[in-house]
Amino acid sequence: MSDANSRFEVVVVGAGPAGLAAAAAAAESGRRTLVLDATPWLGGQIWRGREAKGGSGSAKRWLARLQATDAVVARQTTVVAAPRPGVLLAESPEGPREIGWETLILTIGARELFLPFPGWTLPGVVGIGGLQVLVKGGWPLDGKRIVIAGSGPLLFAAGAEYRAAGADVVLIAEQTDLGKLARFGLSLPRLAPRKITQAAQYQASLLGVPYRPGCWAVSAQGADRLEGVTLRSSRRTWTERCDVLATGFGFLPNLELPRLFGCRTANGAAVVDDRQESSQAGIFIAGEPTGIGGEGRALVEGLIAGFSAAGRLERAGRLEKKRRRAMAFSRAMDRAFALREEVRNLASPETLICRCEDVARRDLEKFGDWRAAKLHTRCGMGPCQGRICGGAVEKLYGWDAASNRPPVFPVQIGTLRDPEPGSRGASK
Amino acid sequence: MYGCDVAVVGAGIVGAACASECARAGLSVIVFDRGPVGGGTTAAAMGHVVVMDDSEAQFALTSYSRRLWRDLAAELPAEVHYEACGTLWVAADEEEMAEARRKEEFCRVRGLRAEILDEAALREAEPNLRPGLRGGLLIPDDAVLYPPSAAMFFLGRAPQNKIEFRAGSEVRALNPDGGVILGDGTRISAGLTVNAAGCGSPDLTAGLPVKKRKGHLVVTHRYPGHIRHQIVELGYLKSAHSVSSDSVAFNVQPRANGQMLIGSSRQYGAEHPGVEFGILRRMLERAAMYLPDLGRLVAIRSWAGFRPATPDKLPFIGPSAGNQKIWLATGHEGLGITSSLATGRLLADMVLNRPSEIPVAPYSPARSLLEGKAHG
Ligand SMILES: Cc1cc2nc3c(=O)[nH]c(=O)nc-3n(C[C@H](O)[C@H](O)[C@H](O)COP(=O)(O)OP(=O)(O)OC[C@H]3O[C@@H](n4cnc5c(N)ncnc54)[C@H](O)[C@@H]3O)c2cc1C
Ligand SMILES: Cc1cc2nc3c(=O)[nH]c(=O)nc-3n(C[C@H](O)[C@H](O)[C@H](O)COP(=O)(O)OP(=O)(O)OC[C@H]3O[C@@H](n4cnc5c(N)ncnc54)[C@H](O)[C@@H]3O)c2cc1C
Repeated sequence: MSDANSRFEVVVVGAGPAGLAAAAAAAESGRRTLVLDATPWLGGQIWRGREAKGGSGSAKRWLARLQATDAVVARQTTVVAAPRPGVLLAESPEGPREIGWETLILTIGARELFLPFPGWTLPGVVGIGGLQVLVKGGWPLDGKRIVIAGSGPLLFAAGAEYRAAGADVVLIAEQTDLGKLARFGLSLPRLAPRKITQAAQYQASLLGVPYRPGCWAVSAQGADRLEGVTLRSSRRTWTERCDVLATGFGFLPNLELPRLFGCRTANGAAVVDDRQESSQAGIFIAGEPTGIGGEGRALVEGLIAGFSAAGRLERAGRLEKKRRRAMAFSRAMDRAFALREEVRNLASPETLICRCEDVARRDLEKFGDWRAAKLHTRCGMGPCQGRICGGAVEKLYGWDAASNRPPVFPVQIGTLRDPEPGSRGASK
Repeated sequence: MYGCDVAVVGAGIVGAACASECARAGLSVIVFDRGPVGGGTTAAAMGHVVVMDDSEAQFALTSYSRRLWRDLAAELPAEVHYEACGTLWVAADEEEMAEARRKEEFCRVRGLRAEILDEAALREAEPNLRPGLRGGLLIPDDAVLYPPSAAMFFLGRAPQNKIEFRAGSEVRALNPDGGVILGDGTRISAGLTVNAAGCGSPDLTAGLPVKKRKGHLVVTHRYPGHIRHQIVELGYLKSAHSVSSDSVAFNVQPRANGQMLIGSSRQYGAEHPGVEFGILRRMLERAAMYLPDLGRLVAIRSWAGFRPATPDKLPFIGPSAGNQKIWLATGHEGLGITSSLATGRLLADMVLNRPSEIPVAPYSPARSLLEGKAHG
């Protein structure tokens, strides 16, 4: 552990907007800082692929700000466990790595929420984020008929991207009704003026695509793969022929690492104070894990966490107003795009909830909590370890499907096993 | 309030088996657990049904119980994942091979199937084992299963209305006149009470010499066919007697869905329920000595559990030494899944004054007084 590359004053896990901001703030404040990410790029989900293209807009600004510091960057480095106090265990292309920290900042983002509905396991049904990832990776959508269904402004962003990749976007179905949307729209100038220009841009690029508020997908049909989707609104139920159904029900904070460290969580998010410090002293959390709030909230929380971690509380405090505004915006989003009961409850008794272990809703129904259901149906015991079905049962039954068992991500046994990380020889 | 003939505290695999056997004999039973069925040590276990021969009494209990499992196999529902994959004991050197032969003879004399494998036969049986191992012993009738579902099956197997299960019921104390006192003060009377609370049993029966012995497990992605038997090293002979109280041994299990469980570790005096990396690493290091490809396979989770251990490695089954209304079914250490069925059967035999198929004296709680002194 004497190696200069294995001990840092501040370690930032996750290099999305929140992590970049946190690492920049800590490094600018003179702290020896490491920022690491599981991906080969910097920028997290939203800025995926921007770094390679030289970046643009805020991605470019934040990448440049980080590069101007002495912060050390580690890519393709996934934190999987905490073998001892003050030490992280990570998997990297060079093998396992142990990383010592004095202050830890967790900016590990969120994952897509998948809600089960009849037909959701058919090939051709995807999450909007997952499909965005494919598209950003150059996957062509030429001429494919796509229906986008779910909730939130991301439906637009996704629609614009799919269209740019050649897709025929047939319909965007937003489950929130028009009245609620209008109220949210009216609050935008006050809460987030810049979002309006953004919305206008998307609207322009989606010219001619029907956008239907108050309507949602109830089932997907097809023999071996998706052929159509049945939609419902307050007035009618109809079927739309399509090749791809992209659903976006929202996001779930990633809480495995905070829970591994014993940080307190409430209502599905990590609990932090004004300085982004968790219930565990010396561990800060910023961005999506504290509550879904988008890029703006992630950036300001990241900065606050970085300054606080460096002991510059006064500097962090100056961002308080900005943080309040970002929080108000995410609360307004939560309210506007809260999933309606009908959407949370689409699964029929036969619908699979856990795809890994083939557990249908009717099998789960007999149990009163997640632990009993998991023990006796093996729901969440497959390869995804509840990362997908855990979110679904939280929404369906209000069960807390948390786990605090290592590894946080599936990992080669060699990484867990190695007593001297970095020195894995061929003989072992 | 009169509750039932038999109150069972603990819905682990042992309590469930006791409840089931009593109810099948016509007694009314209430089972109490602070959590769900099979959510204690039973949920953390590997589910290896294995005949062990550290002592004649241990052999008698485990082989009797394995026979009961085999008799029940056709009735077990799919979710119990019962599979008679057999145990392969691996001998690394000549000393361990001698132990394999001793075990083989021990089993043969007592009428159980056992087969010595030479180096080539071992490689054929398990091609992913490291080359150069000396040989092994195959016990074809051992099995693996998924313990929480087995516990659930036991409770459901009783005739209608004979077992009532009360989940989420903390038992604060056992009533000396039979019955239990719940956390909220409710008293429920019973003809007799069975303390099957596993590691929680000494909290309810003062002075009971049951201690927690911690164990770790790792579960992998699916690698169907990577191993075909439950594979266990015979090297445990050397490590089991080591002065250090913590030990690890190579012990891997193929699951019906292709996942593998990797064990095992034993620690005394460890109170923290979470995963400890020091011992986890030693355990995986040990396993990789036998399965060289292991480092490349992917682990998806690890966890730890506590085995309820007694000083002489035998469980307590029967009326407690001080009170004929309070019975014990606890202290099964690392063999509670295996010996649950026999425990339930023997307990019911004693409650009903039926003759038992094997002698019950070696498991009598009364022995603890003597043993307790010997072990300090
Ligand atoms: C699939 C997906 C697509 C999205 N698309 C859009 C979009 O098009 N437009 C939009 O406005 N918003 C989008 N979002 C939301 C957007 O990501 C967030 O609003 C914003 O990026 C939050 O920033 P963050 O820094 O909190 O998290 P993220 O940007 O998610 O960054 C978290 C980072 O942490 C890393 N990480 C997590 N765990 C570990 C670990 N254990 N070890 C190492 N690294 C780890 C991840 O690889 C990731 O890079 C998307 C989200 C997802 C999940
Ligand atoms: C890592 C590991 C691997 C193992 N592998 C195997 C194996 O392969 N084969 C094998 O045969 N055995 C194995 N075992 C051992 C086996 O798991 C145990 O012997 C067995 O589960 C004990 O069952 P039990 O019913 O006595 O205890 P438990 O399953 O712990 O049940 C006791 C129950 O009592 C409840 N309880 C306790 N106190 C109270 C109270 N005051 N009020 C209400 N409820 C209470 C608990 O909630 C619990 O559900 C293993 C154990 C471990 C830890």
